[in-house]
Amino acid sequence: MTRRLVIGLYLLVLALPIYWLINMSFKDNVEITSALTFWPHRPTVEHYVHIFTDPAWYGGFLNSLSYVFLNTVISVTIALPAAYAFSRYRFLGDKHLFFWLLSNLMAPPAVYAMPFFNLYSAVGLFDTVWAVALAHCLFNVPLAVWILEGFMSGVPREIDETAALDGYSFPRFFVRIFVPLIANGIGVAAFFCFMFSWVEQLLATTLTTVDAKPFVAVMTRTYSAAGMDWGLLAAAGVLTMIPGAVVIWFVRNNIAKGFALGRV
Amino acid sequence: MNDKPISNRAWFLVAPVLVFVLFSSLIPMMTVVNYSVQDSMGQNSFFWNGSEWFQHLFDPTTDIGGRFSRALVRNLIFSSVVLLIEIPLGILVALCIPKRGWAVGAVLVSMTLPMLIPWNVVGTIWQIFARADIGLLGAALTGVGIPFNDTQDPLSAWSTIVVMDVWHWTSMVALLCYAGLKAIPDAYYQAARIDGAGRWSVFVNIELPKLRRVLIIAVLLRFMESFMIYTEPSVVTGGGPGEATSFLSLDLVKIALGQVDLGNAAAMSLVYNLITLTLCWIFFTTMTQLDARKSA
Repeated sequence: MTRRLVIGLYLLVLALPIYWLINMSFKDNVEITSALTFWPHRPTVEHYVHIFTDPAWYGGFLNSLSYVFLNTVISVTIALPAAYAFSRYRFLGDKHLFFWLLSNLMAPPAVYAMPFFNLYSAVGLFDTVWAVALAHCLFNVPLAVWILEGFMSGVPREIDETAALDGYSFPRFFVRIFVPLIANGIGVAAFFCFMFSWVEQLLATTLTTVDAKPFVAVMTRTYSAAGMDWGLLAAAGVLTMIPGAVVIWFVRNNIAKGFALGRV
Repeated sequence: MNDKPISNRAWFLVAPVLVFVLFSSLIPMMTVVNYSVQDSMGQNSFFWNGSEWFQHLFDPTTDIGGRFSRALVRNLIFSSVVLLIEIPLGILVALCIPKRGWAVGAVLVSMTLPMLIPWNVVGTIWQIFARADIGLLGAALTGVGIPFNDTQDPLSAWSTIVVMDVWHWTSMVALLCYAGLKAIPDAYYQAARIDGAGRWSVFVNIELPKLRRVLIIAVLLRFMESFMIYTEPSVVTGGGPGEATSFLSLDLVKIALGQVDLGNAAAMSLVYNLITLTLCWIFFTTMTQLDARKSA
């Protein structure tokens, strides 16, 4: 009973700020600024209509989704063979390499903001979704390697050996047998890449100006000389929660194991 | 762990990762190193400046040195406070997550939701929530007579940011602990029941030792994350009032992108990065030692 109470209370506290945002997104600005109301007395969807009809707004949403998608695909694809190498073999400098990869995970994005700006301008990728997708590889690739390595180490090595005896070539074994075995791990790694690319803002906004502007950068349009457009800001905020809520549903059974990096 | 075959051909499998991460970490890092030892007269003309930027940085009497040391202290205090709250709270929540049934999935999914909100939207949510005029929290606190203003009063600003971080990340600690708890075989609990162990001794003697591994991951991930925090406080307080909540990242971005003071920013970046690197090394060695002990 106490357990239910604690968890209920915890979830309630988590929900409160989100409830307030959703509540606000359905009010008009007069109602927001004039009185505190616990539900919209004059419910309106004008803010949502505004976002879905203005190309700058929904374009930003598509930009965000496309760099997140690109980043997730790149990160997981290149992390798969590397994680296999780390989980199955010892090789020259393996520990140092692994540590160096992890150190990138721990590097403050603020440190990279300025040099990334120079780098991606120099290679002509500045203000494209590719710049953001590649920049996010800095922390998502090491993360994917780490998670996948944890999951792969849980697969007994005998399977690799049996497959080799059965005459499977390495690529065929890897794609046909091994990848399906760690499908959960791949799902979780993709989920984490999605998550960290979706929530990261400092690099995404530094590397884009006009064409590839992410959704959250468009949100700054709600601050203007005429004052804040609170309703619009709240509606945009609510919309940013939806992709996360959707993807999390797919990995719900493996989230806990994923957070433990497949190492439980 | 140690019976893995040795094969240097494994390098071929690692090569793609190496190329990608080298491109996005080594090249930018070299740019930073470059800036940190040069000064600029503008117009892209640079000249050698030796270690002067670093001397300034480590000398608290200079403007930049003072800013750096104050930001570092603030950051360390922030990380400790956040850890002291989130770790025990996370364990408590993990112990209360239902064991079976449809509720498990529902609880896990709703717990994870705050972590999937873009960081500056998290900032926005709390900026709105804490406002005394239109926010529920701010209005409630002012309503019961507690003076609260997160843009004027340092204490209010600090508590808003700490509460925000707890709201944002406690679930991660809880999920890690939940994964650890699930790995405890039922037989342990049965044995404890036969011995007549109470709830507290079950926790201390069975659950806590089994949680040690995930707790190390949790503590260090939370430490790193809170040590690098940028977006949320930058939205909620912008580092203010004054410089009360201006942490290392915020200060660095102000210097690098705001004042375009490249030399100082680069020196600060390197030292900042070196600190996180050292902490990361401690993390990594602890982890691998635990791995080794487990397989031994």
